[in-house]
Amino acid sequence: MLEITGLTHSYGPAGRARPALRDISLAVAGGELVSIVGPSGCGKSTLLRCVAGLIRPAAGTITLGGSPVERVPDGLAVVFQDYSRSLLPWLTVADNVALPLRRKRGSAPAAAGEADRTAGPARAGRRARREAARAALATVGLTSEGGRYPWQLSGGMQQRVAIARALACDPVLLLMDEPFGSVDAQTREDLEDLVLTVRGQRDITILLVTHDIDESVYVGDRVVVLTPGPGQVRADLRVSLPSPREQITTRQLPAFVQLRAEVGRLVRERETETGAHSERGAAGPVPGTEATAANTGTGQG
Amino acid sequence: MTTDSPAADSPATGVHAAASPRESTRSRLAGRVLRGAAGVAGFLALAELLGRTRVISPAVLPLASTVLARTGGLATSPHFLADLGSTLAAWALGLVIATAVAVPAGVVLGSLPGVRAATRAIVEFLRPIPSVALIVLVGLILGPGLRMNVTLIVYAAVWPVLFNTIYGLDDTDPVARETLRAFGFGRLAVIRFAALPSAAPFIATGIRLASSIAIILNISTGYLAGRVSGNGLGAFIAEANTGAGNTALVLAAAIWAGVLGLVLNGLLLAAQRRLLPWHHEFTAEAA
Ligand SMILES: Nc1ncnc2c1ncn2[C@@H]1O[C@H](COP(=O)(O)OP(=O)(O)OP(=O)(O)O)[C@@H](O)[C@H]1O
Ligand SMILES: [Mg+2]
Repeated sequence: MLEITGLTHSYGPAGRARPALRDISLAVAGGELVSIVGPSGCGKSTLLRCVAGLIRPAAGTITLGGSPVERVPDGLAVVFQDYSRSLLPWLTVADNVALPLRRKRGSAPAAAGEADRTAGPARAGRRARREAARAALATVGLTSEGGRYPWQLSGGMQQRVAIARALACDPVLLLMDEPFGSVDAQTREDLEDLVLTVRGQRDITILLVTHDIDESVYVGDRVVVLTPGPGQVRADLRVSLPSPREQITTRQLPAFVQLRAEVGRLVRERETETGAHSERGAAGPVPGTEATAANTGTGQG
Repeated sequence: MTTDSPAADSPATGVHAAASPRESTRSRLAGRVLRGAAGVAGFLALAELLGRTRVISPAVLPLASTVLARTGGLATSPHFLADLGSTLAAWALGLVIATAVAVPAGVVLGSLPGVRAATRAIVEFLRPIPSVALIVLVGLILGPGLRMNVTLIVYAAVWPVLFNTIYGLDDTDPVARETLRAFGFGRLAVIRFAALPSAAPFIATGIRLASSIAIILNISTGYLAGRVSGNGLGAFIAEANTGAGNTALVLAAAIWAGVLGLVLNGLLLAAQRRLLPWHHEFTAEAA
């Protein structure tokens, strides 16, 4: 569904440009949930912004459902890392969540076969929007906060509003940039399970950036580890854990523990070893890891 | 000339000054009014004392009590009230037209860098021309009266609103813009849902600057253009000035002009707080 080839990006004026991403190649199948981990500043947010069509990469191609991403694709939703600045302070929480539903949808579908969902009705009516916002807020446990303003909520609550907004518009492709960073441990687990549930119910492809290695393994079908900036793919590991996942029992599985250790090791590895690993990453799942994960190749479908 | 105030160059002034949590705002306001009133009363008492003790001769500067009596008396003078009405009409019309012109122009200049670059030279040429220098010219072309007054006010009031609009648009949080773009909104929708609301407090500040400029300019115009119906408070002051020993009357009219500016600014501020509540609260939180 999503195909990234040789993606390279630098920021800054030509000549003094600073590289942020180097030669990223990644293929994501429809319905997959790919976790992306890597040290701070390695270009995770940059990668998502390229996929979202918000910035034009310096080199490389991104195709979505076969067609190249040249502008923001339809059926896209993003949870920004800067969640509090991404909520509009002059709109109530409910209006913020309903905002994406006010757009007039274009005609180019995000992926072949998704035309009915992305083209959809011209625009949702006011009542339908309000109802969708209410329902989305309920799923993140903020039913009673709809009438308040974002800046009246705690950081964790704001983050949940941003997640509700992304879910409310029923995206085909969902990009989440550290979506659970500011919530407490219990809520974090609830939100992880919410994302897994949504993924189970809808036909949705998700890229999720996280700093939490346990989380990357717990929610992901695959974990992509990036090298320190400029980011390259160091490893692309398939997570073969039984489905549905469950916070306590899944995390106790030997396969989970081993994979988590492997991801942790890859994230911490020194830059000098980058070359060798990017070879492995490009070649697909690391041989050693495949052995650690049970049921290789059967994610949850 | 003071009408083209440098405030247009620092449009943010005042926007962030109004930061105080809501609960204490009211009592703080009451305290400020009280202190202000005490200051005025003290000043008047001192002026009265200086006059009565002949330190300043009442022939030069009328007694505070005389001036106050004249000020009160003007409230029932139909002649004066008509002039006050003319000033108010010119103020309101000029401000509305200036805003209606400057905000869309600011949106165009603020969102199309090409147009902005192309118009920079002409803007930089027009802006420093003091409106007062145009009074005679506009008077010649349009003749005295409401039309001339409104035209001059529009000319002077457009700048602060225009520059504050552009500044406010520039100040829009890039994350907010990116958010709207990521959800599939186009250029116009980004302006409508992110840039304009974000610029609104700046625009409001620009309008308040424009309001005080409008009053000052209207009085200058009336003073220079003289006693023609529609020339407002300035014409009234000019006429009062011609009679011998009419200093008290001139001062009384000046007091009215000052009070008018204060009241109009307060009204605009109240409207701003009501229409853009998030900004007040938002900065209060951020502070
Ligand atoms: N708008 C920008 N202008 C210039 N440089 C930028 C910009 N955004 C990011 N960078 C640079 O690109 C590199 C990658 O940034 P990016 O935000 O993608 O990292 P990240 O992996 O998301 O980091 P974090 O985990 O801290 O969020 C960094 O070196 C950063 O300084
Ligand atoms: Mg980031």
